[in-house]
Amino acid sequence: MIALTSIINIAMRSLIANAMRSFLAMLGIIIGVGAVVTMVAIGTGASEKISAQISSMGSNLILILPGATTQGGIRMGAGTHQTLKMTDAEAIAKECSEVAAVAPVISGTAQVVFGNQNWSTAVLGTTPDMVTVREWDVVMGRFLTDQDIRSGTKVAVIGQTVSEKLFGELDPVGKIIRIKKIPFEIVGVLGKKGQSPTGQDQDDIIYVPITTAQRTLYGNVLPGRVRLIYAKAISLEAIPLATEQIRTLLRQRHKIAPGQEDDFTVMDLTQVLKTAEESTKTMSVLLGSIASVSLIVGGIGIMNIMLVSVTERTREIGIRMAVGAKPKDIRRQFLIESVFLTMIGGVLGLLLGIIASLILSSIMQWSISISFLSAFIAFGFSAFVGIFFGFYPAYKASSLNPIDALRYE
Amino acid sequence: MPIIKLENVTKTYKVGDQQLVVLDGISVDIEEGEFVCIMGPSGSGKSTFMNIVGCLDTPTKGKYYLEGVDVSTMDLDELSEIRNKKIGFVFQQFNLLPRATAIENVELPLIYAGVPTRQRKQKALETLSWVGLKDRANYYPRQLSGGQQQRVAIARALINNPSIILADEPTGNLDSRVSIEIMEIFKKLNKERKLTTIIVTHEPDIAAFGKRQIRFLDGKIISDTKS
Ligand SMILES: Nc1ncnc2c1ncn2[C@@H]1O[C@H](COP(=O)(O)OP(=O)(O)O)[C@@H](O)[C@H]1O
Ligand SMILES: [Mg+2]
Repeated sequence: MIALTSIINIAMRSLIANAMRSFLAMLGIIIGVGAVVTMVAIGTGASEKISAQISSMGSNLILILPGATTQGGIRMGAGTHQTLKMTDAEAIAKECSEVAAVAPVISGTAQVVFGNQNWSTAVLGTTPDMVTVREWDVVMGRFLTDQDIRSGTKVAVIGQTVSEKLFGELDPVGKIIRIKKIPFEIVGVLGKKGQSPTGQDQDDIIYVPITTAQRTLYGNVLPGRVRLIYAKAISLEAIPLATEQIRTLLRQRHKIAPGQEDDFTVMDLTQVLKTAEESTKTMSVLLGSIASVSLIVGGIGIMNIMLVSVTERTREIGIRMAVGAKPKDIRRQFLIESVFLTMIGGVLGLLLGIIASLILSSIMQWSISISFLSAFIAFGFSAFVGIFFGFYPAYKASSLNPIDALRYE
Repeated sequence: MPIIKLENVTKTYKVGDQQLVVLDGISVDIEEGEFVCIMGPSGSGKSTFMNIVGCLDTPTKGKYYLEGVDVSTMDLDELSEIRNKKIGFVFQQFNLLPRATAIENVELPLIYAGVPTRQRKQKALETLSWVGLKDRANYYPRQLSGGQQQRVAIARALINNPSIILADEPTGNLDSRVSIEIMEIFKKLNKERKLTTIIVTHEPDIAAFGKRQIRFLDGKIISDTKS
């Protein structure tokens, strides 16, 4: 059995001796692996961004919207009947065992003024459980309390964007702002959430007690009606059951006869997740096809160069056989040579891919993620291509007849 | 027991739709330690004979016993092992690896024998010194003269302590002065190490180095004399 180090040494030398040709042969692999690494970096970057956005909504989140679901989608927006009531939210919190917390919302947009700064933003009336449901940190001051709800106090908790726009570097807590000209005291500031899956700035927001919102800000809303209810299931697995409990309860409360459509819509983020997964899958398929095409082309390049190399070195093979190389020694030598070629190609491809993804991410503002997966793919693929496409040339070399090989000019 | 025994060995090649008989029923015994020179015109089958004796080729018909063992029963790996351990081959065209240095060429058989690097280098250097090329160890073949290249090839043939040296026109590419030097090496090997030596040559003064002369013509042995 001949030592592996000797074979690797032999392989290295012949690659160095034909450096330019080796490089050209590797080019297919370099480009192939580079493309795959880039795609994986962008692909995982995108899906990481999506899942980060989804989890920023709060985990195990269920949305209850007024209005029926129509075939193939959700009917929403202006003109939707205000079928959800404040009492529905209370009932869900009390009766649905799979629901951990509930927060109803009355929403609208309002002009907000502080000193000479003014800003138009979403002003939402809600209850204290909102921060639990949305898993939102309060970084300064406090959130709304039950006391605020009961008394209808004119207090507000603001998001990061609003804080920046109105106060800049100032501490907003304790300051008085005017919402629709009505003075509110800021009691707290929320932590940063970033973009929602639909691309909205979640930090451009002000929360006030739901009772205050109803009485003083949005007089046009029917008393006791809410725009939407957020609920949080007790766990991810509990989401389907929680959804079912909510539906049953609301149908009962809204006195909907069997066979009649719901006058509300219960949705959870698994649907959003599913869509995200779908697009990631499409991406993977795309990736897969680019990978296979480029690596097959690269592999054929390697096979070609190895066949040329075997032919050129027929005499060398004859000499080695004459002094005692077994067919398997020759086979191994050429296999290792082709794996070497493709592995070096894989490393260069990995570098190319990293550089390409860094450039793309800085130009296109894409988020990327270069992981061990990329390196694994680079090495795995290139080793596989080396073995697969190197096998035939290596086999051909090992089955040469020593006399014919020695006589070859 | 003869170290080499051929019984009625025939080798035929198919050329077009004709059978070309290259060796025609060769029978010969060669004892251990003999120094044999093979002569004969070009195309008479000398190289084919050497290749069969060196286990690079196999007879079409007939038997070849090497140290009493029928070579036809061996598989490719066993034949490789024999070439590696028992036989040292020297060629007319030297057949050195052009991209390897003298010492790397010499150690080649030891690589396939699985000898560790350090021992390999040491042994290769010793053997190179023995053929008088210690100071040329790191030269590439193209930087060496024909005579020096052939000495590297002899060192390579010797490195694994074979029992048989086969040289097919080893002086065919060398001038007469260098040829004599090379033949002196073979003579010394045969004398000091009792190596069984078979050398193919055209030249009678080279053949005179041998203690036995075998003459080939048209694939047959036409004379076999001891001097
Ligand atoms: N592989 C082969 N195919 C066909 N003919 C061959 C082959 N090898 C050798 N021969 C023929 O066999 C004959 C003997 O060749 P060889 O043994 O090399 O003779 P020598 O070494 O005595 O000159 C030559 O005529 C040569 O052409
Ligand atoms: Mg010949």
